Amino acid sequence: MISKILVVAEHDGKVLNSGTAKTVSCAACINGAEIDIVVLASVAGPIAAEAAQIEFVSRVLTVERAENEHAIAAVLAPQIVVLASDYTHVFGPSTTFGKDLMPRVAALMGVNQVSDIMSVEGSHTFKRPIYAGSAVAKVEAPADSVVVATARLASYSVAGGGNSAEIVSANTTVDVPSHTRVTELKSGATDRPDLQTATRVVAGGRALGSEENFQMIYRLADKLGAGVGASRAAVDAGYVPNELQVGQTGKIIAPDLYIAIGISGAIQHLTGIKDAGTIVAINKDEESPIFEVADIGLVADLFSAVPELTKALG
Amino acid sequence: MEKILVGLKRVVDYNVRVRVKSDGTGVETDGVKMSINPFDEIALEEALRIKDRGDASEVIVISVGSTDAQQQLRTGLAMGADRAILVEAGGGLDPLSVARIFKAIVDRDAIDLVLLGKQAIDNDNSQTGQMLAAIWGRPQATFASHLAVNGGTVTVTREVDAGLEIVEVDLPAVITVDLRLNEPRYVKLPDIMKAKKKPLEQISLAAMGIEPGPAIKVLDFEPPAERARGVMVKDVTGLVAALKDKGLL
Ligand SMILES: Cc1cc2nc3c(=O)[nH]c(=O)nc-3n(C[C@H](O)[C@H](O)[C@H](O)COP(=O)(O)OP(=O)(O)OC[C@H]3O[C@@H](n4cnc5c(N)ncnc54)[C@H](O)[C@@H]3O)c2cc1C
Ligand SMILES: Nc1ncnc2c1ncn2[C@@H]1O[C@H](COP(=O)(O)O)[C@@H](O)[C@H]1O
Repeated sequence: MISKILVVAEHDGKVLNSGTAKTVSCAACINGAEIDIVVLASVAGPIAAEAAQIEFVSRVLTVERAENEHAIAAVLAPQIVVLASDYTHVFGPSTTFGKDLMPRVAALMGVNQVSDIMSVEGSHTFKRPIYAGSAVAKVEAPADSVVVATARLASYSVAGGGNSAEIVSANTTVDVPSHTRVTELKSGATDRPDLQTATRVVAGGRALGSEENFQMIYRLADKLGAGVGASRAAVDAGYVPNELQVGQTGKIIAPDLYIAIGISGAIQHLTGIKDAGTIVAINKDEESPIFEVADIGLVADLFSAVPELTKALG
Repeated sequence: MEKILVGLKRVVDYNVRVRVKSDGTGVETDGVKMSINPFDEIALEEALRIKDRGDASEVIVISVGSTDAQQQLRTGLAMGADRAILVEAGGGLDPLSVARIFKAIVDRDAIDLVLLGKQAIDNDNSQTGQMLAAIWGRPQATFASHLAVNGGTVTVTREVDAGLEIVEVDLPAVITVDLRLNEPRYVKLPDIMKAKKKPLEQISLAAMGIEPGPAIKVLDFEPPAERARGVMVKDVTGLVAALKDKGLL
């Protein structure tokens, strides 16, 4: 049977999130799959136009409703379920958006979800990490029901562009609840490269000691044109906002270069950087577990090494 | 609000280095330290604080699993929960079945708020709370790092990829919690003694009339790809040279 996959687009109301094109890459690993994207928004046009350019995509469905202004799972899920009846698979990105929404879709359809697909082994067989990445499970979804899944974005690259898929309006009339209301979004938007898409990331840990000292991480990152990340300890201590956290409960990233500074390398942190190209560690303790995974290690006091490195980069 | 239900899953302690069995049939759990899922401990702490502030009158902890999970429920009672429910189900039920079990208890005990972890650190599924909210037809607020109860609504700060999102949900509702919500209290010895007298109800899956499935089958387990140990450099000059060598500068 041919697989028909519906990919749920992630966007901020204006632009498409690159996680969508990565999810398409994951879906395209299923042999012969026919892939559609659905854009649920209050105004879908510009987002759909972006989605239509993604390689492998046959059609872009748009569902425009005032209630879709914010991505509220309880509002979006019933609309997706209506559309899902035409598909064998419904995929979303394993971001906070997808993790929030997709299990709600799955439950309404009476199925479990395959979380965090890291590789596609067949139309119903996938590999996914468990125990913070300490093990990989090969799982099989039931053949006789729709597969609802999220794609682990660090395992996939952004699908190519240049396509011009057909854009179709697919408005649904299903009732949506009003019991959940978004009142505010506080985001520390900066000009720096986004942590999840940056090709280089410089990250700091507890050892930085203060928000003020953390500035040296930003200075090094700026020299490298890198995004900035942090360990949980650095976020908890208030040196940086939560959206910079890398790891099991933060972001799972796959930059070409990751520089970990004053980070010990707890398993929960390492699971977030497994797919990095080159890992560099600067730590004053040579016994630190971070050195077990580092491609290049430097045992040094960060307070002298980091300014020196920043200077050496010119 | 009257009643808060908190899910406590028994999982391998987060400090344990989990290893895949050599025959690929599972992970090594023999003799391994088991604990309450760390997120669930935070969920319970929050429930207790809501009750302490007078915004709820009863905190109930629930675990679905083997009878060994009594241990985690007793710890929950020692932390301050009023009573516990153990739903006996053999190894690893799927999230949808756990959500259905929670839904049955929510209906039976007229629960106003369900607090769960944002994910169980064994299977890292992050599904159960959202699924319960779906089949219950109620709001969900996932990944909470702050919450405030105001009569019939709860204002929740959610940790999302872009930063922090603030949502308001009507009760009853399901909230899943993130690590920064609070720091759980330590259990004191007298509380452990007191907890022994608190009620712990045991129900079998069959008695609840819930048929598990359709589950996602695990075919096999394998260890993750290892990263080879790299090189150590002596100083910053060596580091810059090594980066240039790899074409990264
Ligand atoms: C359920 C759960 C989920 C978690 N999720 C995450 C997650 O997503 N991300 C995450 O990061 N953590 C996570 N953690 C926390 C994790 O276990 C560690 O506690 C955390 O990663 C430690 O952060 P750190 O390396 O900055 O601090 P520490 O472990 O304290 O390490 C600090 C390091 O700095 C070094 N150092 C000190 N001074 C200097 C100096 N002057 N120069 C150079 N080096 C120095 C030390 O040698 C040490 O190695 C989670 C924990 C749990 C229980
Ligand atoms: N067997 C279980 N017993 C008790 N609570 C559970 C169980 N399974 C899941 N939960 C709750 O649901 C949350 C999310 O689990 P999961 O969807 O498996 O990642 C956990 O943090 C628990 O609060």
